[in-house]
Amino acid sequence: MRLDAMYQEIILDHYRNPHHKGLRDPYDAEAHHINPTCGDEVTLRVALTAAGGEVDGSATVADVSYDSMGCSISQASASIMTDLLIGKTVDEGMRVLEEFTELMHSKGQGEPDEDVLEDAVAFAGVSKYPARIKCALLAWMAWKDATVKSLATHEEEAS
Amino acid sequence: MTARELGLLDVDAIRADFPILARTVRDGRPLVYLDSGATSQKPRQVLDAEREFYERHNAAVHRGAHQLAEEATDAYEGARETIAAFISARADEVVFTKNATEAINLVAYAMSNAATAGDYASRFRVGPGDEVVVTEMEHHANLVPWQELCRRTGATLRWFGVTDEGRLDLSDLDGLVNERTRIVALTHQSNVLGTVNPVEAIAARAHEVGALVLLDGAQSVPHMPVDVRALDADFMVFSGHKMLGPNGIGVLWARPELLAAMPPFISGGSMIGVVHMEESTWADPPQRFEAGVPMAPQAVGLAAACDYLDAIGMDNVLAHEHALTEYALKHVGAIEGVRIVGPAEAEARGGAVSFVVDGIHPHDVGQVLDDRGVAVRVGHHCAWPLHRRYRAVATTRASFYLYNSLADVDALVEGIRAAQRFFGTAGS
Repeated sequence: MRLDAMYQEIILDHYRNPHHKGLRDPYDAEAHHINPTCGDEVTLRVALTAAGGEVDGSATVADVSYDSMGCSISQASASIMTDLLIGKTVDEGMRVLEEFTELMHSKGQGEPDEDVLEDAVAFAGVSKYPARIKCALLAWMAWKDATVKSLATHEEEAS
Repeated sequence: MTARELGLLDVDAIRADFPILARTVRDGRPLVYLDSGATSQKPRQVLDAEREFYERHNAAVHRGAHQLAEEATDAYEGARETIAAFISARADEVVFTKNATEAINLVAYAMSNAATAGDYASRFRVGPGDEVVVTEMEHHANLVPWQELCRRTGATLRWFGVTDEGRLDLSDLDGLVNERTRIVALTHQSNVLGTVNPVEAIAARAHEVGALVLLDGAQSVPHMPVDVRALDADFMVFSGHKMLGPNGIGVLWARPELLAAMPPFISGGSMIGVVHMEESTWADPPQRFEAGVPMAPQAVGLAAACDYLDAIGMDNVLAHEHALTEYALKHVGAIEGVRIVGPAEAEARGGAVSFVVDGIHPHDVGQVLDDRGVAVRVGHHCAWPLHRRYRAVATTRASFYLYNSLADVDALVEGIRAAQRFFGTAGS
């Protein structure tokens, strides 16, 4: 059945038992994203820790916390994303985001790099369904937004 | 009861006219199309009419004196007569638009344009202190244009709420529709709940206080006999593509004296009286509201759709869908863990059945159904405030038309159960 290709066990696991869910303090910035076609929402917070003096691309993603409502794909994607990004630097995280975005736009033809995407390779099947791509990307876009805001906040504080 | 006693049409014969319904989807599954509320499929007769126009008569209408231009103009104006007759109206009361959404915008913009138009348009002027009334069950198409009108003019937007049962709450009819009300815009049949609204009672109150009434007929005109005069509305809009017709054509019906007093929405060629470098005058309706080369092939196609529906009989279409709706409410409603959003009874209710399945997001329900060849709509169906009212982020919606059968409803029910099994939720 085609359904199994899309709803990989790993996706269903994360959907039923999401990791890092719930909004936490402290955080540097928050983003609220909505999928206007279905009304699904995510509120996501990012906390960064500076590697050296300044909070820039080399900063570590200390925490990503979120509150969300939505379908299995959007919920599992948020959960898997937090596993992937927490502990990485911002620059590394942005590269993972790029790789994931590319996979989601591959129309099922992508050959994901498992070293980079880890559990997120399970979303390869989702990329065959254009209507679901936004679901998979919702939390990622919120993370990007919140991270950019975090960096800007630190820049203002520094100046 | 037999199919005939239930009021069902000969679906096999009807389906033979719709080539797309014979195709398969998702690895060879027969298509079960339950998304006619979004757009209907088209019978060969409509496709042929449009093709014949292009192959035999194509020219820009209302322009040129050559033979093709005459034939194209005759076909276009003939289509207007057929489409007007379909709703018991006269041809000069029918304006063609891109779709129902544009038709609503046409009226909303005419009302704000009235502020700077001549005295002829004074009855359409709105401003601070005036009120526009809509309902909580409106499609965004019949909500956002009125929000925008109020924003532009300083008028106040008010609305009817809905009851837990999915009906309009008319308990404050006289308070909501009062001497400050300029227009009441409401749907004839909800695209989410299926509810058919008591238009006459609302129109009677609106007219008592001198307000206009606009009916969104996008979900009613395709599915029931509609006589615009009997409904006592002032404006009615609908879309061709939801009633077996082509995309790209919609209709605004209005009382002729109102059309005559309305300033234009979109200006340009064809809608003018006389043009000078400094200023211009307007053509009489309906041309005043049809700027640019119009969608003649689509008008011809929509007229063919009206002929098709007339041949079957709108009473019969209504009875058929009523039987399907009753059957769906009973069997979908009986699934443990499923809640129907909308009236539980088929009375004063059309064939849009929206529901939530406990523990499974509508996107996921839709995905499982799609995997089985069952096409439904998931999301808020362009009625976000209504979903908020019923505390649902989104719903799954099955919507029926004359080519659907009881077996299609069975496929839906089986698909919902399959989704419950797949996601391991209650009721399976």
